[in-house]
Amino acid sequence: MTLAMVPYMLALLILVVGLYAIVAKRNLIKVIVGLLLLDYAANLFLVLVGYRTPAEGAPVAPILTAGAAGAADLAARAVDPLPQALILTSIVIGLSVTALVVALAIRLYEKYGTFDTELMRNLKG
Amino acid sequence: MQGMSPIVKNVTRLVAGFIALFGIYIVLYGHVTPGGGFAGGVILAGGLALVVLAFGEEFARKVLTHEAAQTADSLGAILFLLIALLGYAGGLFFTNLLPVGEVGKLFSAGIIAPCNVAIGIKVGAGLFGVFLALAAFRRAGAGSGGRTGMLEE
Amino acid sequence: MDPILLLLLVLLGFMLVGSLIAVETRDLLSSVICVGAVGFGTSLVFLLLGAPDLAVTQVVVEILVLVVLVRVVITRRDDAAMTSRATLPVGLVLLALGIMAAVVFGTLATADEGGLGMRPFGDPLLNERTEAAVMAPAGEEAPEGAPAEMPKSVGGAFLAHGLTEGQGSRGTGAANYVMGILLDYRAYDTLGEATVIFVAVLGAYAVLRKVGRIRHAGNVADR
Repeated sequence: MTLAMVPYMLALLILVVGLYAIVAKRNLIKVIVGLLLLDYAANLFLVLVGYRTPAEGAPVAPILTAGAAGAADLAARAVDPLPQALILTSIVIGLSVTALVVALAIRLYEKYGTFDTELMRNLKG
Repeated sequence: MQGMSPIVKNVTRLVAGFIALFGIYIVLYGHVTPGGGFAGGVILAGGLALVVLAFGEEFARKVLTHEAAQTADSLGAILFLLIALLGYAGGLFFTNLLPVGEVGKLFSAGIIAPCNVAIGIKVGAGLFGVFLALAAFRRAGAGSGGRTGMLEE
Repeated sequence: MDPILLLLLVLLGFMLVGSLIAVETRDLLSSVICVGAVGFGTSLVFLLLGAPDLAVTQVVVEILVLVVLVRVVITRRDDAAMTSRATLPVGLVLLALGIMAAVVFGTLATADEGGLGMRPFGDPLLNERTEAAVMAPAGEEAPEGAPAEMPKSVGGAFLAHGLTEGQGSRGTGAANYVMGILLDYRAYDTLGEATVIFVAVLGAYAVLRKVGRIRHAGNVADR
């Protein structure tokens, strides 16, 4: 287990922290925070998988800036573009799902007057 | 929801045009530089949210209404589907049939640029509508149902 | 040590500390702001890893999420106790997390032997090439005009051929390879994503609408 595995483990630790917040917290806002952390950590992990260490200097993004002649050089040095394309859609979907969950939280607050799920369980609405 | 102080209103008048221009740039040049339809759409939604937050709820009822956001959302989705169906003229669903052009120019890469515009409109209007419903039309307070919502349907 | 790896570890450590604070603090506003810090941290990590599209999208999405969450949290005072739940669910959660951690770390640890594990960080499948003869059906030779060696992963094949040859001798022509994948090779997935966003927004409207709530003499009925 070399130092090269530590970025993966840190991203998975953030995922585990988010999962813990969803399961073990009483407050609805904490549950939403856990959902957000889960989302960010999953996106981060997938982008970490596609990284290619450059031979020198900074990592090369998969964008062609030197005209059509530079395509072969880019193909040998660029970072993997496929995980980036998949995660781009996932980020905006995460925003929409967060909006839906926050709408549910607002509606529950209007009905019960609190964000606490234990109290909601005892009130019959 | 009240508007904000005159300083915020004047700064918003100066800045909102630049935010819209930046969002349109990111959408249009999505196939050449980083960005694309999704990032540009979210930037446009953020600019509209800034205007609504600075000028208050009456502005959101008269000028940037909820119905306009929903209409623009649906129009963007229909435009995207139309571009996809146009691909049948080339043989398959979603075929890239516009000319490819030269790499790095604005008029290149087939249907990617019109698709970016359609997605930018759709995402921007949809997220602005959700922002209006969540943050601009609600009043605080513990109710028990009843008429606290203000979404006109 | 590679300076980019060092900077990446510092940023990831900062994000981990921020996420722990976000989950454990008592004040809701601090919790939301710490989530904002984690989100901006991921945007910096995306920029560091050579993904500028993702960095731009993550920053603006994070700003919108922060605005909505801060507005929701600030205008609703909630003074309920924020203790955790009873011991049994927390014990089950820790057991499940322990099993997950064991599976994950066990998988990651066998990477060097070439077993079931992952490739080391910075050396993706993109780096491997295979011979074209491997791709031919059994008992035949490689077709005429095939290159001597081909990339082993889909991303590598796209980087090598997507711009000009692509599918059926017509490439995408897009200088931004990520947009070329999203809107030409995987355009159907983008249509699916537009549908998901549409449905989520509709769901938010349906939950928050005013029509349909009737108050009958003290009882509240949701129709």
